[in-house]
Amino acid sequence: MSRQSLTKAHAKISELTWEPTFATPATRFGTDYTFEKAPKKDPLKQIMRSYFPMEEEKDNRVYGAMDGAIRGNMFRQVQQRWLEWQKLFLSIIPFPEISAARAMPMAIDAVPNPEIHNGLAVQMIDEVRHSTIQMNLKKLYMNNYIDPAGFDMTEKAFANNYAGTIGRQFGEGFITGDAITAANIYLTVVAETAFTNTLFVAMPDEAAANGDYLLPTVFHSVQSDESRHISNGYSILLMALADERNRPLLERDLRYAWWNNHCVVDAAIGTFIEYGTKDRRKDRESYAEMWQRWIYDDYYRSYLIPLEKYGLTIPHDLVEEAWNRITNKGYVHEVARFFATGWPVNYWRIDTMTDTDFEWFEHKYPGWYSKYGKWWEEYNRLAYPGINKPIAFEDVGYQYPHRCWTCMVPALIREDMVVEKVDNQWRTYCSETCYWTDAVAFRGEYEGKDTPNMGRLTGFREWETLHHGKDLADIVTNLGYVRDDGQTLVGQPHLDLDPKKMWKLDDVRGNTFQSPNVLLNQMTESERNAHIAAYRAGATVPA
Amino acid sequence: MTATQETTATTEPKQRSFPKIEFTDSEAGAKEFPSSKSRTYSYYTPAKRRATMYEDVTVDVQPDPDRHLTQGWIYGFGDGPGGYPQEWTVAKSSNWHQFLDPNEEWDQTIFRNNSAVVHQVELCLSNAKRARAYDGWNTPWLKFIERNVGAWMHAENGLALHVFSSIQRSGPTNMINTAVAVNAAHKMRFAQDLALFNLDLSEADVSFDGSAHMEVWQDAPEWQPTREVVEQLTAVPDWCELLFATNIVFEQLVGSLFRTELVMQIAARNGDYITPTIVGTGEHDYDRDLNYTRTLFQLLTHDPDHGDANRALFGKWMTLWVPRCLAAARALQPIWSQPADKAVTFATSLDAATAKFTVLLESLGLDIPKELSL
Repeated sequence: MSRQSLTKAHAKISELTWEPTFATPATRFGTDYTFEKAPKKDPLKQIMRSYFPMEEEKDNRVYGAMDGAIRGNMFRQVQQRWLEWQKLFLSIIPFPEISAARAMPMAIDAVPNPEIHNGLAVQMIDEVRHSTIQMNLKKLYMNNYIDPAGFDMTEKAFANNYAGTIGRQFGEGFITGDAITAANIYLTVVAETAFTNTLFVAMPDEAAANGDYLLPTVFHSVQSDESRHISNGYSILLMALADERNRPLLERDLRYAWWNNHCVVDAAIGTFIEYGTKDRRKDRESYAEMWQRWIYDDYYRSYLIPLEKYGLTIPHDLVEEAWNRITNKGYVHEVARFFATGWPVNYWRIDTMTDTDFEWFEHKYPGWYSKYGKWWEEYNRLAYPGINKPIAFEDVGYQYPHRCWTCMVPALIREDMVVEKVDNQWRTYCSETCYWTDAVAFRGEYEGKDTPNMGRLTGFREWETLHHGKDLADIVTNLGYVRDDGQTLVGQPHLDLDPKKMWKLDDVRGNTFQSPNVLLNQMTESERNAHIAAYRAGATVPA
Repeated sequence: MTATQETTATTEPKQRSFPKIEFTDSEAGAKEFPSSKSRTYSYYTPAKRRATMYEDVTVDVQPDPDRHLTQGWIYGFGDGPGGYPQEWTVAKSSNWHQFLDPNEEWDQTIFRNNSAVVHQVELCLSNAKRARAYDGWNTPWLKFIERNVGAWMHAENGLALHVFSSIQRSGPTNMINTAVAVNAAHKMRFAQDLALFNLDLSEADVSFDGSAHMEVWQDAPEWQPTREVVEQLTAVPDWCELLFATNIVFEQLVGSLFRTELVMQIAARNGDYITPTIVGTGEHDYDRDLNYTRTLFQLLTHDPDHGDANRALFGKWMTLWVPRCLAAARALQPIWSQPADKAVTFATSLDAATAKFTVLLESLGLDIPKELSL
């Protein structure tokens, strides 16, 4: 369809909307934002007649590549170190995708301008595509990769795992609470506009370097839809900016959304890219370098900062602090070490690190070895069952961390941990901003104004609470993370598939798992103060 | 030699850097070890012996505290729980997850099927232009299309954006919500196809006012009760009532009455082979969409724990929606007289629509509303 006829066609379909006079659509999902009914242009100008054939063509390319990968024996050359992390990533990502579909009517309800409803509805269909195409990719991995364990239980594991819950914010945050906070600022303005760059572009790039060209095939196809979604988000953002009453809410939501996306996405994708790769070329971009390119330059400098011309206060401090955490505070390395500490309750295997890895990390992150090298050497030493316990239960100079109540990534930058009694419970937070999110932002009042539609933090937010005082073998059994012999764990702290070298339930039995938050709330005030001070000072055992 | 040329001549070519491919022998079957042959999703029981592609890419993607979700929903609304609470409808099921879309919609089916429809419609419209098919239409028929098909496309679009798109946020399982999302896509595409058909006609060398549809939908007396019902539908907060009222009641008594029992029956007699081709795609969509809807409501009316209560509930919903839809249907009666060739009467069409509606209700195990026999 020519550009001219597309414009004409789009003008025609815009005649389909009307002003209701008998009844107005139900407001199922409210917002505290206010919108004036000003005509706005549909940023997408997408009509279904061109949309469906376009997506079908994209699909044909994706599925053709999948056939080619099988015919070409792609799995002869994939790195297991890489594919193992896909068990986690691909268990998480289809839920945020389908949640994005579910979020679209929230935005449609909240924004009264019918001109942009068409684009939002098209995005809804895109997201169904993304979720199911990713599930299909995972199925292909399960069928063709050497170790299907973990892929075979993917959605169950996602729903009962500590890391799955961290990722679940990335979906639940799109569909819950204030409709604009969730479906516009958190989903579109921050997650899609900023962080899909690392998710769907930087990470597939790394997949290709590890012999997997299907992840790039699928996720670049997904990413090609994202630019339209970014336009949707920007359009609503500009409409919100047109009303001065929205400014405090926008600034609140940008702070929350930016920080939560950083905490969650950088934790996961940073780990996958840095610790899931075998590509240790010195000129290969580190996650920090990718972040600078995709997030700092492409998003912050080119998208966020220009919003200042509308008088919006941009969270410069939080962007700089995220950058600081990644480059100076070892955020990604801390997360990777935490995931590896928890290997018995993982549904993927985590490779040991070699001298080549150490050299690369030291080159990219000077000082890495002195901070993390010794621990990874211990990880290598304790990789096989027999005479030692899982590393979490050995004294290797590492204290199992407190969980951040808000982002649910642990408080790994220990000196930054905030501890406060909120809602009659002692809670730990990874940062001041996560504390603010729980105590200030996600409340029914903000800066003296009622915000009844704002969401709430709910659920059993500390995963460890559910398993406090239980034997590790029982926990693994209850989670279902046991292979089909009824004994061998799905998660392993190495990649050796020799059954004699794989950990079994009996190898982890006798270790009692404890919840840091339960223990914290059991402490006297003086015990708690001492414990917190020692934790912040980097104590290697609980005070 | 300029300075630039000099620099170029002396610069070393940049060393290309690329990752090394390593043969890892990581194919399925390369080794035997526990779970090395575990190559089916193990967390749900497929409906038949082997899991379908649809099941594999759909089931449990939306977590549920009643299944594997142990930490519960981690975000809530200001006034209630988050996620997908079952309380968002008053209908009850002993197992919402039992519903599987009989159309098995997922990525490939959505785009293959809708692209096929797009190609069919485009071919039809280009053939019509080439054959100058519209030149042969008589004035009453052009007026009929201009006003009535023009008005109807608003209904389709309103249902797409404010009924089906809306429902797919609220259902308790991914299988329900995805089926409804596809329903929304159908409605959007069909509404737009009708609008673009309208555009073609307004550009053809015939007497056709391409903007008349707006005034007809907004003000023409025969269409106001239909617009009223569509707007009332969009105002329903209970997702299950909304789906029932739309796909079971409105689509049968108003949608199919207009599309199947009028347009599809009389177009050919009025020299029009184009409109039935396009409207036929909407009929095809509804056939698929009714298929999943019927399956869902059959499960609810035959639910071992809640079947009786659900049947009573749906009966109550019908006491509201059947009269509204019948009023809308009857208000449309004058348009049966507008074409030059009046191939069917309104009474015949309404009888046919109510007969099909009756069969549908019987298949659901529901009592037939008294209004249908009047």
